[in-house]
Amino acid sequence: MQIADTDRPMWRWQGALGVLALPALSLFSALVLSSIFILGSDVVVLTALRNGLSDPGRALFAVGKALADAYGSLFIGIFGDPARISKEVSEFLATGDTQGLTVAFYPFAENFVTATPYIFAGLAVALGFQCGLFNIGAEGQIYVGAAAAAFVGYSLEGLPWIVHAPLTFLAGALAGAFWAGIAGFLKATRGAHEVINTMMLNYVAFNLVHYLLNGPMKRGGASGAIPISRNIVESAYLPTLFPEPIRFHAGFLVALLVAVLVWWFLFKSTLGFEIRSVGANPHAARCAGISIARNFVLAMALSGALAAMAGAGEVMGVNHNLAEGFSPGYGFDSIALAMLGGGHPLGVVLAALLFGTLRNGATKMQSLAAIPIDIVAIVQAFVIMFVAAPIIIRRLYRLKAEVRWQAILTRGWGG
Amino acid sequence: MTTFAQTLARSNFLAQKRRSAFYLLVALAILTLFTREVKPEHMATLGLNTTRSVQWVKLPDLVVPVLPTVWVLATIVLVLALWDLLRPFRRGGWLLGIASFSFLAAFLVWAARGTSFSLIGILSASLQLATPILLGALAAILCERSAVINIAVEGMMLSAAFTSVFVANATGSIGLGFLAALVTGAILAAWHAVLSIQFKVNQIISGTVINIFATGLTNFLNQRIMQEYTQFNNEVTLPYLSQLVPDLGKIPIVGPLLFDQTPIVWLGLILLVVIQVMLFHTRWGLRTRAVGEHPRAADTLGINVFRVRYTNVILGGVVAGLGGAYFTLGSVGRFDKLMTSGRGFIAMAAMIFGNWTPTGAFASSLIFGFADALQVKLQILIGQVNIPYEFLLMLPYLVTMIALAGVVGRVQMPAADGQPYEKQ
Repeated sequence: MQIADTDRPMWRWQGALGVLALPALSLFSALVLSSIFILGSDVVVLTALRNGLSDPGRALFAVGKALADAYGSLFIGIFGDPARISKEVSEFLATGDTQGLTVAFYPFAENFVTATPYIFAGLAVALGFQCGLFNIGAEGQIYVGAAAAAFVGYSLEGLPWIVHAPLTFLAGALAGAFWAGIAGFLKATRGAHEVINTMMLNYVAFNLVHYLLNGPMKRGGASGAIPISRNIVESAYLPTLFPEPIRFHAGFLVALLVAVLVWWFLFKSTLGFEIRSVGANPHAARCAGISIARNFVLAMALSGALAAMAGAGEVMGVNHNLAEGFSPGYGFDSIALAMLGGGHPLGVVLAALLFGTLRNGATKMQSLAAIPIDIVAIVQAFVIMFVAAPIIIRRLYRLKAEVRWQAILTRGWGG
Repeated sequence: MTTFAQTLARSNFLAQKRRSAFYLLVALAILTLFTREVKPEHMATLGLNTTRSVQWVKLPDLVVPVLPTVWVLATIVLVLALWDLLRPFRRGGWLLGIASFSFLAAFLVWAARGTSFSLIGILSASLQLATPILLGALAAILCERSAVINIAVEGMMLSAAFTSVFVANATGSIGLGFLAALVTGAILAAWHAVLSIQFKVNQIISGTVINIFATGLTNFLNQRIMQEYTQFNNEVTLPYLSQLVPDLGKIPIVGPLLFDQTPIVWLGLILLVVIQVMLFHTRWGLRTRAVGEHPRAADTLGINVFRVRYTNVILGGVVAGLGGAYFTLGSVGRFDKLMTSGRGFIAMAAMIFGNWTPTGAFASSLIFGFADALQVKLQILIGQVNIPYEFLLMLPYLVTMIALAGVVGRVQMPAADGQPYEKQ
């Protein structure tokens, strides 16, 4: 099954604009549709609309104000308060004091902090797509990776940073590879569908982490509402690159590096070619002597490793411990993200920056405009729908040229 | 040709042996796991009465010696496994049924060693907790028999759970709330149908769209409406049958088991029979199955493939909506964030486990329901079982994975499942 509308490479003459048309229009349409939900659940707007016939001006004003509040707070969440920034910058120029500057640019730096786990998790789902696998278990893999990283991070002491940090990161990745590898193995040997199995492994992972945090990994003397592990040793930290309180850490650069590596692996290496062949046409791949089973396991394990890196990165760069519910759903969001990014590492990085920005901004939407952050999930659902059914976008915007987009493959239950 | 036939025969033989080996392992597990910490004089008391309502006759409790019972149950599985090894059974369904029954019975007797335990309580809870899984599985079967994969059952149930409470509180009518659940299921199913039948979107992706949407929207509205205006989240539940006809609840065993239940349990059982009969003994069922197995042939014979698929997917949505109503109107009466907690996915597994038949799905949803009930009821016996409760919570998901891995034999899905139909 293939979701591409056509195989003709339209992008050759349409250029970058043509490639970006579908995701851009999808995102735009998704935001417009989501606005309906924001308005539809706003009591002030609803009462104003009820009196809309007698007082259309007021109804229009209420709608405009609700949207301006929502998207205004989104803007402040993303870029920071413009007045504050200009004040702090002028103060910095006058006195050379960076303290105020860091506070003013904190919201903007947060975009990249949030984008970091998205890049890893998005790459994980995208790598699965390339092999025709639909890994919806990234969330569980994130937790398993974070648990392994936290364990290595706090239990080994006295190691130099250059040894400890990579070791911690690797431990997380290996745990994720093992976790997702189970689903890959079951798919390869028993034909069990990876969608159900990765979903089941999610629930198992959540319970496992809950058990670990209340048992073996419990922090002594912790009495907070959320179970939490011990803090990792400083030698396992991913260093922050700016003074406090900015949380921007080296994990973002690692994520970019990993994205390049994944691109090289998929498009320039033999193993990557095999994985893509299995994804594009398993029957042809088999005829060419490529083992489908081996590639299913390999792709799933790599996918799990990438997702787990998101968890390890959060533990090492941001939280410095394992806490229950530390991921607000990076793994689930990454499904939409990978689709928006067309399953290509470059697309994933761009989409991850976008999603990181959206989620970061949406937290301000929640605190300033009282719009629940779950609006992000609604946007995502529409994004996936429009990307998966480009025909809707084409009809909606009367695009003449056919939109070419990355084929995303998954199979039925049989495998 | 001969080599091919030989390979096939060998692989069948191996698969056969694997099945027998699995059951041997089950027998061994019963023997080793459930004889731990058991003293020869240990007895298990299984209660047959309920504390919920006064009964006409008070039955004596069932008192069984632990060790002999476990041995007998293990022997039954052992004999069946050896028999299967020598003279393979053609159909493994009932074999699995007996093996899982023996395993669970041995577990219960072991957990209740030296103490007492309400058997009727756990059985009635099993049936109750099996209901949403059964309804989800029936919804999925309706879709998949016409070759539309529906992993959106989870999202449909979650949304239906939300609207049922909201509408029931907003209108003050529990009937309208119930209706709203069905309509919600139908609307989301229609969306799935348009995406997957009309636009030929990959059906798993289309289902994922609906699941993410449902999760996001219910969380969003829960925070924005239910928590702001709590009058919309008051407790509304359908009356139990034993409340409507008090005498029914007084019948021993049957009363607490079948009548101390929400009507949705009954609707589930009725739908089970109706769909089983419709699917295999009516013209509609034959058409549905034809569309699911070979849509082109069905089309050639004048069956409107698209119409059959639309009808079935939307009917499935209604059934899923009923499953959603179970969580609120049939159970706690309020909406809670993510309250379906993956039951829709367990329903998928029950469907696959049950080989795409309603009766099979019912049998497997009973097993899942029992596993669910255990988690609740075993809190009382937690000292006896000494397993961290998180591992008990993992159980249904692990069972699902084992079931999917097909250790228990191959399943046969509708041949055209998941493939969009292109009219020529």
